[in-house]
Amino acid sequence: MAQRRNWPIVILAVAVIAVHLASAAAGKPQYLTQLTMAGYYSLVIVGLTLLMGYTGQISLGHAGFFAIGGYTSGLLTTYNLQGGGAFVSLLRATGLLVAGKDLYGGDLLVMRPWLACLIALAVAVAIAYLVGKPVLKLRGHYLAMATLGFGTIVYKVVLGSSLVGAADGISDIPAFPLFAGLAVTGKSALRVQNYYVAWGLVLAAMALLTNLIHSRVGRALRAIHGAEDAADAMGVDTARYKLQVFVLSAALAALGGVFLTHYNGGIGPSEASIMKSVRYVAIVAVGGMANLWGALIMGVLLNFLSLRGSFGSYDDAVFGVILLAIMLFAPDGLLRVELVRRLPNMRRLRGRAP
Amino acid sequence: MSLLVVKNLCKRFGGLQAVGNVSFTVAAGSIKALIGPNGAGKTTLFNLIFGALPPDSGQVWFAGKQTDGWKPHQVAAAGMARTFQHIRLFPKMTAWENIAVGRHAHSRSGFLSSLLGLPWTRREQRAVREKALDIMRFLGVEDRAEVEASSLAYGQQRIVELGRALACEPKLLLLDEPAAGLNMRETSEMAKLIARIRDTGVTVLLVEHDMTLVMNISDEILVLSYGEKIADDRPLAIQKHPEVIEVYLGEDDA
Repeated sequence: MAQRRNWPIVILAVAVIAVHLASAAAGKPQYLTQLTMAGYYSLVIVGLTLLMGYTGQISLGHAGFFAIGGYTSGLLTTYNLQGGGAFVSLLRATGLLVAGKDLYGGDLLVMRPWLACLIALAVAVAIAYLVGKPVLKLRGHYLAMATLGFGTIVYKVVLGSSLVGAADGISDIPAFPLFAGLAVTGKSALRVQNYYVAWGLVLAAMALLTNLIHSRVGRALRAIHGAEDAADAMGVDTARYKLQVFVLSAALAALGGVFLTHYNGGIGPSEASIMKSVRYVAIVAVGGMANLWGALIMGVLLNFLSLRGSFGSYDDAVFGVILLAIMLFAPDGLLRVELVRRLPNMRRLRGRAP
Repeated sequence: MSLLVVKNLCKRFGGLQAVGNVSFTVAAGSIKALIGPNGAGKTTLFNLIFGALPPDSGQVWFAGKQTDGWKPHQVAAAGMARTFQHIRLFPKMTAWENIAVGRHAHSRSGFLSSLLGLPWTRREQRAVREKALDIMRFLGVEDRAEVEASSLAYGQQRIVELGRALACEPKLLLLDEPAAGLNMRETSEMAKLIARIRDTGVTVLLVEHDMTLVMNISDEILVLSYGEKIADDRPLAIQKHPEVIEVYLGEDDA
């Protein structure tokens, strides 16, 4: 059973390599840039699939967590601490800061990206916990409204704060050095490496989440989706599980935000906008709700097309229409594993009928 | 020895006294039935005992612990399981997965170990699946294991819901109208099944309208009317109890 479960991961790994080779052979290496970005967005989408599709808790605020991750890491790695007090000197002595030059040759002293990344994730997790604890008591429309409110607050805060560049956002965000000369950066010399960094993260996330949904916890989550009172009566601490999934999905969104921000070298308020949250929800819905692989495939496809500019100036409208169409015509999504899984049962039933 | 002790339990919804000062005990290893006309407060009493509703006043003692004020998942972990009047299966999960959820309190893989897919969690999962299939065999529905709950026939849904409760290995099993919607043959099979479950050492408290089933399998019967206890006795005595005949059996016959 365990081996059958690992097959999709292997297939994904092969597909990642195949796409790289194909783009190289076709002489279109620039596609890898959009695929890298789509990979980071996929982290948000698979986390949201766990929350929405499996646990049945909607969030219209996940762009907020993505932005919290990206903005926190972006701010910490660009905010000049030069001339700070004793605390800054202490940080500098421990090697947590890095000195450099800004565009005009001035001295720059900023936080090391790995530390900024950890702080960004911690901030996202803490906010998810504080927001999730009260709002996850709500259900259905009320939960949607509350998370929408949270997303709006994040958007308005980043749009209105001059500290994070207000409407311009943060730019000149440094590369995120990982190890052995590898860094998260948009430099075309490291394009292929960055493609593998992004998709390595997606593979790891998929492997972990696939484990989770086939576990005791995953079953409890689906039980909460199916009948919360009955799950409670079976000993499932529903409030705790919902909060844990919410925090986990927020952490994945923030991780995507941190990496994409360093990859792009900047982040703007549109990443926190409601239309981004709607886009994530639309992709989860079109992927089949409770279907990690469907959401991943649709997420890569639609984000890739969007990033290539295929939807032109109708970009946001396209995702709105997709969401509307799915809700009207195929509320279970386009890619349904259940349907495929159910076929053998149906055939067996028909065979047995008198 | 009493496994469940209910003392002076009260619950009011606005102007309606749903449960008024009800006290009773359930002896370990027995089957106790809770009967009464519609709206007598039977399901409310179940919800109070299970923690799905907080009582206004009164106490619930289960297996030596005072459990009123506990949440359902805590009551479940203490060894109580229930079925619902309107079947509450997890519709998109298969029959065996539904039953496997009942093993929740008896397994312990957490978030982190599940994410990492540690070998012991996988072993635990295999054991849970085996246990779920064992229960399906006990109930005679093992051939439905891979069928989605929403695709099961109604009678089978009742059986699977019962299996899910049994998977909790409860000390006390609360059955809310287990025969509702079943035909006569299915009802008599359900009665046999409940008796078999009692024989495995599980104490049963059930709400039921089918008088044949209640009289055949119950050791004791508690009669509620308008939220108040009017009788609590053995089946033969209940059948002769004048007040019971007046408010309940009499009405039914009329």
